[in-house]
Amino acid sequence: MTISADLALAWPELILAVGALTLLVVGAFAPKQIALVGSGSVLVLLGAAIAAATQPFGVAFGGGLISDAAATFAKVAIYLASAVAIPLGQSWFARRGVRAFEFPILILLASLGMGMMVGSGDLISLYMGVELQSLALYVLAAMHRDNAKASEAGLKYFVLGALSSGLLLYGASLIYGFAGSTLYSEIALAAGAEGNTGLLFGLVFLICGIAFKVSAAPFHMWTPDVYEGAPTPVVAFFAAAPKLAAMVLFARVLGDGFAAAADQWQQILVVIAMASVAVGAFAGLVQSNIKRLWAYSSIANVGYAVLGLSSGTAEGVQAMLMFMVLYMIDVTGFFACLAALSRGGRSMETLEDMAGLIKERPAIALAMTVFALSALGLPPFSGFFGKYYVFKAALDAGLWGPAVFGLVGSVVAAFYYLRLIKAMWFDASPGATDKPPVEANVIALVAAVFTFPVVIIALRGLDGLAAQAARAFGLA
Amino acid sequence: MPLLSLITYAPLLGLLGILALRLMGKPEDPATAAGARWIALITTLATLALSVLLVAQFDPNDPGFQFVEEAPWFAGLYYRMGVDGISVLFVLLTAFLMPICIAASWKSIETRVPEYMMAFLLLETLVIGVFCALDLVLFYAFFEFGLVPMFLIIGIWGGQRRVYAAFKFFLYTLLGSVLMLAAILFMIGSTGTSSIPELMTYKFDADVQTWLWLAFFASFAVKMPMWPVHTWLPDAHVEAPTAGSVFLAGILLKMGGYGFLRFSLPMFPNASDLFTPLIFALSAIAVVYTSLVAFRQTDVKKLIAYSSVAHMGLVTMGIFSGNVQGEQGAIYQMLSHGVISGALFLCVGVIYDRMHTREIKLYGGLVTRMPVYAAVFMLFTMGNVGLPGTSGFVGEILTMVGVYQVSTWTAIAATSGVILSAVYMLTLYRAVVFGTITNPKLETITDLDWREVAIFVPLIVATLYMGLQPNSVFDLTAASVDQLVQTYQAAIGGAHP
Repeated sequence: MTISADLALAWPELILAVGALTLLVVGAFAPKQIALVGSGSVLVLLGAAIAAATQPFGVAFGGGLISDAAATFAKVAIYLASAVAIPLGQSWFARRGVRAFEFPILILLASLGMGMMVGSGDLISLYMGVELQSLALYVLAAMHRDNAKASEAGLKYFVLGALSSGLLLYGASLIYGFAGSTLYSEIALAAGAEGNTGLLFGLVFLICGIAFKVSAAPFHMWTPDVYEGAPTPVVAFFAAAPKLAAMVLFARVLGDGFAAAADQWQQILVVIAMASVAVGAFAGLVQSNIKRLWAYSSIANVGYAVLGLSSGTAEGVQAMLMFMVLYMIDVTGFFACLAALSRGGRSMETLEDMAGLIKERPAIALAMTVFALSALGLPPFSGFFGKYYVFKAALDAGLWGPAVFGLVGSVVAAFYYLRLIKAMWFDASPGATDKPPVEANVIALVAAVFTFPVVIIALRGLDGLAAQAARAFGLA
Repeated sequence: MPLLSLITYAPLLGLLGILALRLMGKPEDPATAAGARWIALITTLATLALSVLLVAQFDPNDPGFQFVEEAPWFAGLYYRMGVDGISVLFVLLTAFLMPICIAASWKSIETRVPEYMMAFLLLETLVIGVFCALDLVLFYAFFEFGLVPMFLIIGIWGGQRRVYAAFKFFLYTLLGSVLMLAAILFMIGSTGTSSIPELMTYKFDADVQTWLWLAFFASFAVKMPMWPVHTWLPDAHVEAPTAGSVFLAGILLKMGGYGFLRFSLPMFPNASDLFTPLIFALSAIAVVYTSLVAFRQTDVKKLIAYSSVAHMGLVTMGIFSGNVQGEQGAIYQMLSHGVISGALFLCVGVIYDRMHTREIKLYGGLVTRMPVYAAVFMLFTMGNVGLPGTSGFVGEILTMVGVYQVSTWTAIAATSGVILSAVYMLTLYRAVVFGTITNPKLETITDLDWREVAIFVPLIVATLYMGLQPNSVFDLTAASVDQLVQTYQAAIGGAHP
């Protein structure tokens, strides 16, 4: 294969990389042109999304980069979610006097990393993608430099993230040692052979590393602190796209590389899923800070996504993809609401701050109610349909125990979603809120309208796309 | 014309109208509130008119589903609506009680009126949807989403412990429902269809039936509510505003009974047969025990709430008796209870609006100040007791006839329930209406005004009409019930040759 044929399959990555570097130069020489860099970044992301959607399928760089239906599906979703995060973050930082043109560029670099993750064909490109993404996210978490909590969040995220990268690398090196190759296709052959205990050992480390990235229990410790400390629009970004990327990567490694060992990893994933649901549901009960609350909610929701994956079937992967895409929209919309709200210039982050919001800001409060009910998994909101896919896949795979456990966990979690709704609807407001910025308002309302009722129609299209994407992995 | 969808979504049009009004106007603007009230009333009356049209066009000789609408949705699911003889009258009952709920809230709800009216309109859409849905997931969506408006109605416009009651209501029913969801997913996965009519003829293995039955039971027993999972109901009733209680007792409770009739009996007949003794035992306990509990209540609303649990015990007995009299009686009892318990909660609402207390001992001697009210209250008290001539009698006697054929002991418990209901209802009536006035505040209490009379008239007419002309209801339900009983008996006859 010639280099030009290889590059033809990497158009989205090329656009992102060249775009990010160009805009970095623009920003460096004209640091005042924040709006220009921001809108340029959005255009680059949209361009990358179009390139990803129209890209031919194939394998490039000696198997390192895969372009298939799954990569396309995930890339389009990731680039669009990232594009949404840019205007949201810029207006938030501008209102707080942080004039940093690097914000959109870091998002571009993170998107580049995520694109590589979902399209990785061997362990090297996997690690490159993960690291590129993570390093950008560490900086984003600490972007609000003057805020002690944000710096703490960034540092915590970095230290724990480095640990997880270490685990990932250690697992990768074990796998390489026992399989003799870093290519998933070669690993799959080795995994199918007898006496592959060493390989499984490496797989366990790899799973731990990825579980860290998706914040699944018992590797979830960093999540609440980072969510609480990091700037709200940054949380809106990294609660959504990176989770999808890591979950697709998860499916890619397990499906393409370890389909033959499905019986082994299924057990691990079931335990991770159940632990995440339990931690997310119970620990969330005692939170009063909404960002921490949503951190636990995201742990529980990742548990559901892992549950879908753990069924070890193409149906399960489809369920995971549907769930993650719908969850992404939900969580982005929710944090957009939070980013839009402030009272006297101070962010509103606790349950008490939300008291009586329905009178103060009816549109935003209604949107937040919709997102909370959707995260709860109540029909007819999008979150229900995500859970519908996940539980159906789990039941079809015979995992009725974990499925019922997950369902009961969602009832426990319902309590804290209801607490938020109670605060907004039942309690009396402590005072007027500031006028919300247009960008956050629009993003929140569009996401809310998608969550219900647009999702009812959109499901028909998404269902087919996710099914097609799921067939790209080596699972039946 | 998709009549069912029209009926189901008509209230949503009103909701959108009120939403527009609310977003344009200022919060707590009296003009907005008045507009919201009128829009809600007109919408619900229009829905009622459409429902009457539905019943008029309904073919009583066809036991299957009519007015069927079908459109593909996603992942092999369908948007399917349709009514048969069992569900069509519940649609009418919902549409009938809704304008009454709106009118009953006309003056007693003064804060956040647009939101209140929107919650009620949403509730109407969802409940009608439950009775019309013929696809499992669609049914579940309507069934579950109904929790949200009710949660808000109790939590925002309720009494002192409203938050506690709202949470208890929501979490209790949600826990029951998610188990049903697991069963629904399993059924779709193993049969490949989510169509309720198709599943009603599908034969599940006996042990699979047992599990599925239990999962559905978890949901419907809470909704019904059956003893011992009834404890959310008195709390919810006591704290809910009057119209909320009317709707809760009148319609939401019927969703449990409807579920048993639509899912448990036709889809899992062998399991239903297996668990009939359990249902009978729980129902008998419910009838006797909650009647005794009702007798000891000091709060009017709580008393009527417990009386509802007791009456629902009769309904579950009737449903699981598996014969025509039992089923017909249970359906009749549900419709009749919908009207009578709704009316009783309205009766409580009338005096609560004037005195702002629900303590029985603070009342007494109302007959001298409120003669019209005393007469109305008397009629519904008698209806609740099951006096011949009222709708309550027809349902109770038929249910007991049906149950007697299956289990003598259960029928005896049911009969004692009728006596006990007379005990607590007459005691309540005596304490509130008769005697001398001991509370000086009662001296100036006023009788029903024209609005309240207008609310009660349709309820009185319905109670008496159903009491004197039961055949007009049975003619509609007979074909579907006969078919249900025949397939049920055929299925369990195969199990016990």
